[in-house]
Amino acid sequence: MDPVATTTLLTGETTARRTTVFMKFLMATTGALFVFYVLMHMYGNLKIFAGPAAFDEYAEHLREILVPILPYSGFLWLFRALLVVSLVVHAYAAFTLWSRANGARPQRYAVKNAAKGAARTKMMRWGGVTLLAWLIFHLVQFTIAKVNFNGAFSADKLKLDGHPSTGLLVIASFQLWWVVLIYLIALVALGMHLFHGVWSGAQTLGWTNSATSRRLAHTTAHLVAGIVVLGFAIPPLAILFGIVKG
Amino acid sequence: MNLTLNIWRQDGPNAQGRMVTYQLADVSEHMSFLEMLDVLNEQLVEKGEEPIAFDSDCREGICGMCGLMINGKAHGPEVTTTCQLHMRSFHDGDTITVEPWRATAFPVLRDLVVDRSAFDRIIQSGGFISVNTGAAPEAHSVPVPKPKADRAFESAKCIGCGACVAACPNASAMLFMGAKVTHLGELPQGQPERWARVVKMVSQHDHEGFGGCTNTGACADVCPKEIPLDVINQLNKDLRGSMSKRA
Ligand code: HEM
Ligand code: SF4
Ligand code: FES
Repeated sequence: MDPVATTTLLTGETTARRTTVFMKFLMATTGALFVFYVLMHMYGNLKIFAGPAAFDEYAEHLREILVPILPYSGFLWLFRALLVVSLVVHAYAAFTLWSRANGARPQRYAVKNAAKGAARTKMMRWGGVTLLAWLIFHLVQFTIAKVNFNGAFSADKLKLDGHPSTGLLVIASFQLWWVVLIYLIALVALGMHLFHGVWSGAQTLGWTNSATSRRLAHTTAHLVAGIVVLGFAIPPLAILFGIVKG
Repeated sequence: MNLTLNIWRQDGPNAQGRMVTYQLADVSEHMSFLEMLDVLNEQLVEKGEEPIAFDSDCREGICGMCGLMINGKAHGPEVTTTCQLHMRSFHDGDTITVEPWRATAFPVLRDLVVDRSAFDRIIQSGGFISVNTGAAPEAHSVPVPKPKADRAFESAKCIGCGACVAACPNASAMLFMGAKVTHLGELPQGQPERWARVVKMVSQHDHEGFGGCTNTGACADVCPKEIPLDVINQLNKDLRGSMSKRA
């Protein structure tokens, strides 16, 4: 762009749906859906403390939600479709705003901005990319291919009553320190994402107009981030240290 | 005090800029930052060099013309305008780096001077109310609740300096816009154009090449008029409202 401002006043129709603020609405609403999902997922993971059978049973119940109104697994697939669409929207908006932001300041300052703003923005963006990479690994490992990295567990040992058990696969996987480490790194990224994201989403949606609601949004963000990190970190650590056994 | 100054020099809008180092001796702590630059400029003129171009007008913190990035902080180490910053905020032997606001929408014209007419166009696109001039109505005929009047006033304090954009990691102008949207949106006179205003202003903002907001609050931290971050919340809320309320 020419360095001298030659921009003119926009003429013609403008619409709210083509603004950066609308893009943030999309990020905030899809983000809110992820928060709900992540909390449910965390609850499900804690079932491992009741043993692999109870864990598998919970997974089975998910497939029976709204049966017989919906077919077996129907709700699960609808919800998965919604999550995938949301993820595409969330990531698309994130990358679009990221590249816009880069374009908005091509020439950096000589003195690096030490303000919290730059660090938070980096944390959201690179943390988001980390989450995306981890998500692919995670889905391949436990959902799509169900890969077992633990040589101590043969295919037979991963079966419960003759059926392959996801609960046992989880236990086998987290007996490996490096698998636990990958998950802990992803959790740090998730925790930081929520630490800023939950507050940011509330502000994006216009819910933080009073001092009380702002304080509430910040507290909720810190609580959600803390609960999610703890709740997800406990099962892998309990397995690694032999508190939960197959 | 004696200072080392690293200052951005750029001969024109299309010229390649560079950092130039100057030594300045015997600076009084009572000088304002701009007076310190005036002294440096006098010395440069005496030596037959081009003085450093920078913006200022009122020099009393109300016009919004001045604005420099000082050691990586918009308007320097205090929460005030650059013209109201005094050298007592620095120490003998300090090195001070001075840069112009950096944003695609604020192109550098010369040295430390940037073109902020993008702000004017944002205001022109919707930051106004349409009234017939001539016969001023009786002020008491339009009551304004005190909390709304207070918030409108607090938001109206924005002087359009651009520090919020300069400090924002995304070079976003949401605080500036939020201030205007909140100022007019809290008042009865601002209602008829309220829902169209926010859409037009944000559209013009995006068109100018400012970035989106990530709600970090870097803007509110440096705003010399202490415009609070919640005006951006109000802006978001009004934009959401516009989608259902606008005819
Ligand atoms: C997996 C890939 C993901 C990527 C690439 C990603 C990326 C991002 C980025 C870059 C932002 C800031 C965008 C901006 O304001 O410019 C953001 C915001 C947000 N993200 Fe994510 N994210 C991901 C997953 C998640 C997950 C799993 C959750 C929730 C558990 C989540 C919740 C949020 C929330 C609540 C916001 C705040 C929206 C706002 O600022 O209004 N994201 N995401
Ligand atoms: S909101 Fe504050 S920092 Fe931004 S232009 Fe107005 S007075 Fe300057
Ligand atoms: S010169 Fe007017 S505000 Fe600084």
